[in-house]
Amino acid sequence: MADPSSERKEHSFLVNLLARMVKEKPLGTVGGIITLLLLITGIFADFIAPYGMNEAHTGFFLTPPSEIHWLGTDNLGRDILSRVIYGARISMIIGLTASAGATLLSVIIGTLSGYYGGKFDLIMQRFVDAWMCFPGLILLMVLMSVIGIGATQIIIVLSLRWGFSGSRIIRGAVMSLKENVYIQAGVAIGCSTNRILIRHILPNLMAPTIILFTTRVPDIIITEAALSFLGFGIPPPTPTWGGMLSGSARQYMLRAPWMVIWPGLALSTVVYGINMFGDALRDLLDPKLRGGAGRYGIKAKAYAKKLARLSAASPNN
Amino acid sequence: MRAYIIRRLLLIIPNVILVSFVIAILIRLLPGSAIDAMLAGAGADVDLDRAALEHSLGLDVSLPHQWARWMGIAPQADGSYSGVVQGNLGISLWQKRPVIELLAKYWPITLEISVIGLIIAQLIALPVGIFSALRQDTWGDYVGRSFAILLISIPAFWVATMAILVPVILWDYMPPLMFIRLSDDAIGNLKMVMVPSIILGMGLSGMTMRMTRTTMLEVMRQDYIRTAWAKGLRERIVASRHALKNALIPVISIVGLQLPVLIGGTVIIEQIFSLPGMGRLIISACLRRDYTLVSGIMFVYAIVLMLINLIVDLTYAYLDPRVRYS
Repeated sequence: MADPSSERKEHSFLVNLLARMVKEKPLGTVGGIITLLLLITGIFADFIAPYGMNEAHTGFFLTPPSEIHWLGTDNLGRDILSRVIYGARISMIIGLTASAGATLLSVIIGTLSGYYGGKFDLIMQRFVDAWMCFPGLILLMVLMSVIGIGATQIIIVLSLRWGFSGSRIIRGAVMSLKENVYIQAGVAIGCSTNRILIRHILPNLMAPTIILFTTRVPDIIITEAALSFLGFGIPPPTPTWGGMLSGSARQYMLRAPWMVIWPGLALSTVVYGINMFGDALRDLLDPKLRGGAGRYGIKAKAYAKKLARLSAASPNN
Repeated sequence: MRAYIIRRLLLIIPNVILVSFVIAILIRLLPGSAIDAMLAGAGADVDLDRAALEHSLGLDVSLPHQWARWMGIAPQADGSYSGVVQGNLGISLWQKRPVIELLAKYWPITLEISVIGLIIAQLIALPVGIFSALRQDTWGDYVGRSFAILLISIPAFWVATMAILVPVILWDYMPPLMFIRLSDDAIGNLKMVMVPSIILGMGLSGMTMRMTRTTMLEVMRQDYIRTAWAKGLRERIVASRHALKNALIPVISIVGLQLPVLIGGTVIIEQIFSLPGMGRLIISACLRRDYTLVSGIMFVYAIVLMLINLIVDLTYAYLDPRVRYS
């Protein structure tokens, strides 16, 4: 694992990917920049936010946006801008950790289920089926009300929610990987199952895992906001973008529209950005999903272009 | 076809059993403090004590026994059989009425906004998706695709909030947030559900739009489309008569995939627009920790999802013979 040459390869893979993204996917690049901004805002929230997240300013209740409070204040005199910035941190943490948890769970279940197959796979898949029979949001609400509301709980519950459904994708990938000759070769030379899974299967799951991770993040952020909005997420006074839209914000929104406009706008922008980024990443990493004519490389791209030219020209012929 | 139908129907049975088992496990997971909270929440009007409550939830017997009782295949404490098989989902701890009765009262409005929402979703999604595919990699396509991602990304609860807020700010107009029954005043009812349904539909349309575009692109690359071009048919005919029919088959399957999203959407929309539907019922049931009602609603939703997915699969198999024989 600590082989320096594999380390360098990984690096150039990422750099290549980013270079291709900037060159081929302008919208994805914009999404990437939005994602980066979210990360920076989340990490450096303490330095960026002008006030503390729960710092109340007496005498500034429900004041409209001004030079002192750029985005206005809420009914307790708290600065909306600061709360939106701290909200970015919460969204970022939950999005990344829950998505990582979900992806990990998916990889574990999917790899075992796909590689071993047989009865284990059958039983596992029936459980995943049953799990996916429940509408997501309702299942999450019920789970949150059972285990209680809070940040840790929501991360666990969201990981479970997407971990099971994502295992299908990994399982499919593992099942097709398993058919490769090099796996047979591994078995033939007497590799242990663990070694085959870790050295031969897992590295090849890189692309679907990255795709799974990035596509889950926006879903999780938006669902966390929805749960907090409904009162099953992170309890106040912690500033979350969903929570900022509920409770007292609904009560005062006609007098102070800025209380509900900004958190929602921040949430939408971030989710939009990550979705764009994830989409572009998927197109670059998984040529089969691209919907194009070819599979890999420049040759296929030239073919696709030729095809496009032909179909564009054909109406006139 | 018959073999396929039978196979799909048989697959439902283990699913129903597992779903009910998952619900039973969920009730099991309740920590002791939750029981206390339920007692406190039920509070003044009931003389429930802990043992009686645990008894009514079936927490005083083993997990398989609890599940069998709930399903109605093992006798209750009083010796009678009353469970899912007998059409009894238990009695709401909070409202003190049979769960079935509550569901019957709350489902119509949810169904109404769901159906209208689904229709609106297709009305938005199909034209944009088809346009995007026919003009692949042009500016129109980029705009269409960004629009689709935008629809997926903007949370329904914010759109709904803005839909209430913006008219107030611009025109000082507040839509009346009162509930009108369909049977009392059909037009008033439609006016009332229109805005919620449109918001619900918008959220759903993004996914369908992307799916339509992808399948349309795939079909447009088929040989028979090239033949149609070669015959000198106009683009409109090629797209509508030759391509669209086959491109829409996979789109049907996405309706099944979208249902969970749709149901989640109704929860949020009903909450914001104060519509007395299943969504609000389950929110209040969760907040009051009324777990007989919660398990009843979850079970019903799971069954509904399963059945609709079955119908979707069968339709798909009927339209595309390749599915049947695989």
